[in-house]
Amino acid sequence: MDAIDVRGLTRRYGSLLAVDHVSFTVRQGEILGFLGPNGAGKSTTVRMLTGYLAPSEGTALLDGHDIVTDGLAARQRLGVVPEEASVYQDLTVWQNVMLMAELYGVPRARRTRHGGELLALFGLDARKVDKGRSLSKGLRQRLMLCMALVGEPAILFLDEPTTGLDVASARLIRETVSRMNREQGLTVFLTTHNLEEANELCHRVAIIHRGRLAAVDTPQALRGTIEARRSVEVVFAVAPCAMPAVSDPRAVIETFAGGAGIRIYTSMPGAAAQEVAAWAMECGLDIESIATRAPSLEEVFLAITGPRAPAAEARR
Amino acid sequence: MSRDPRPSVVWARQARLTLVVAKKDAMIYYLKAPVITFGLIFPVFFFLAFAIGRSMPPGALVPGMLAMAVFFSASAVGPLITPWERQARTYERLATSPASLEAILLGDLLAAAAFGAAVSLIPLGLGLAVTSAHVVSPGRLLSGVTLGAVAFGALGVLLAARGTNAPSEVMMLSNLVRLPLIFVSGVFVPLADLPAWSQWVGVLSPLSYCVDLVRASLGETAIFPPWVSAGALVAFAAAFVALAVLFHRRRRWTGT
Repeated sequence: MDAIDVRGLTRRYGSLLAVDHVSFTVRQGEILGFLGPNGAGKSTTVRMLTGYLAPSEGTALLDGHDIVTDGLAARQRLGVVPEEASVYQDLTVWQNVMLMAELYGVPRARRTRHGGELLALFGLDARKVDKGRSLSKGLRQRLMLCMALVGEPAILFLDEPTTGLDVASARLIRETVSRMNREQGLTVFLTTHNLEEANELCHRVAIIHRGRLAAVDTPQALRGTIEARRSVEVVFAVAPCAMPAVSDPRAVIETFAGGAGIRIYTSMPGAAAQEVAAWAMECGLDIESIATRAPSLEEVFLAITGPRAPAAEARR
Repeated sequence: MSRDPRPSVVWARQARLTLVVAKKDAMIYYLKAPVITFGLIFPVFFFLAFAIGRSMPPGALVPGMLAMAVFFSASAVGPLITPWERQARTYERLATSPASLEAILLGDLLAAAAFGAAVSLIPLGLGLAVTSAHVVSPGRLLSGVTLGAVAFGALGVLLAARGTNAPSEVMMLSNLVRLPLIFVSGVFVPLADLPAWSQWVGVLSPLSYCVDLVRASLGETAIFPPWVSAGALVAFAAAFVALAVLFHRRRRWTGT
């Protein structure tokens, strides 16, 4: 059984179609990155999956529970860190965590033990009696993770969890989520703008564009989908006085690193590397380094969601 | 954490979550010195502003003052809780927890009613201690205070369900609804002494039934039989909560 099974999920705001018949699955123990430009429908999708918004059409199963007809049981399986959410400012760190544990029905002895462990894990044990209002943004976000995890969820929804955080807090959150996924099999649905984070954490990435799912695949497979952005990088000992010619008619050559380096975007990077090496030997140029390079996730994202992107058709 | 899907287990779990929400409200919103002080001072001074200079025996002030204390304290904070939480961005996590909408609203109601009933003990104690007023029917007093607190707490829950995140707008609406009720509900002058049109309007106010029960409990003449007053307060509470659920559901569907 998949942890998340989304079936034709749709959300309209009046005449605006914010999420348009989105379908995908997230396997048990998988981290799925959910990417998209601002206004693409990411947060609306998360809000429907977590039961905050009702879908206009379609549904989703969370751990086998339908979010529309069996919402309470579905929500019992979730831990949620909503976008821009906050903690209760007038409660202490400990009271915030215990409140969420009580809402998820965690028995007293277990919530006390597990809450203490989580505070230690996120470096908040020394701030236990401090009020929520006294925490920095980074510490507040750590506390929200504790609050989401104290109910011992099977699925964790993180909506932009590291946006605007200091490096240490962001790293701690990424490492902890990754470790819980590896060691405890926690399924994670991660909405993020940080493509580096998605690349590092996620087993698969889904890209939503104009309310429709444009792609779902592993970061590696997605990078392979845009052949034109594969490239060869060559750094010469001294800047060449001419540019090499390559046989690929669609190749684009750019210079970098003070003119001593060139990057050739081509669908045939191996052949281009050989041609450049041969040309360098003919010209008597020394090559310091030569490497072929796949497109970054950022380039994939821009190719799918940029102004000249094709109409969203899911690539799986 | 039980995953038992039997209805009785689900109900018991939601009842427990109602208590958790009420405890949260009490800790964050009610057990604050300014809130308690406001809950006491406002009705007392409002009533004294009306009563001073008129030839009223001090004991006659007690029922109105007590009913006003219940009314204002039980309905003062409730309308603001949801807008505050939406504005402070804590509401979404509460709404995505396993607590149902009904459990959240009943938790808000429970906290409001408990606060209203508890605060009203102070003017009651003062009234009984320093005036000639005395309780002739503890049952009517208890039902007037508790059912009144529940109905006014439910009114607060309904006012909070309005589709806005701005506490100032809710406060304005809250006062717009609550203040006129004082003048048509027999608080200052018994309902029977009010003009006919006012009596008809008074029948539509939950405050009238609370005042009537409290007046009767302190030996004054009641307009309605006690079961009518008690039933009316329960009916108002149920209707307010049902409307609040409806408004919240509509908001969830429309996404506003």
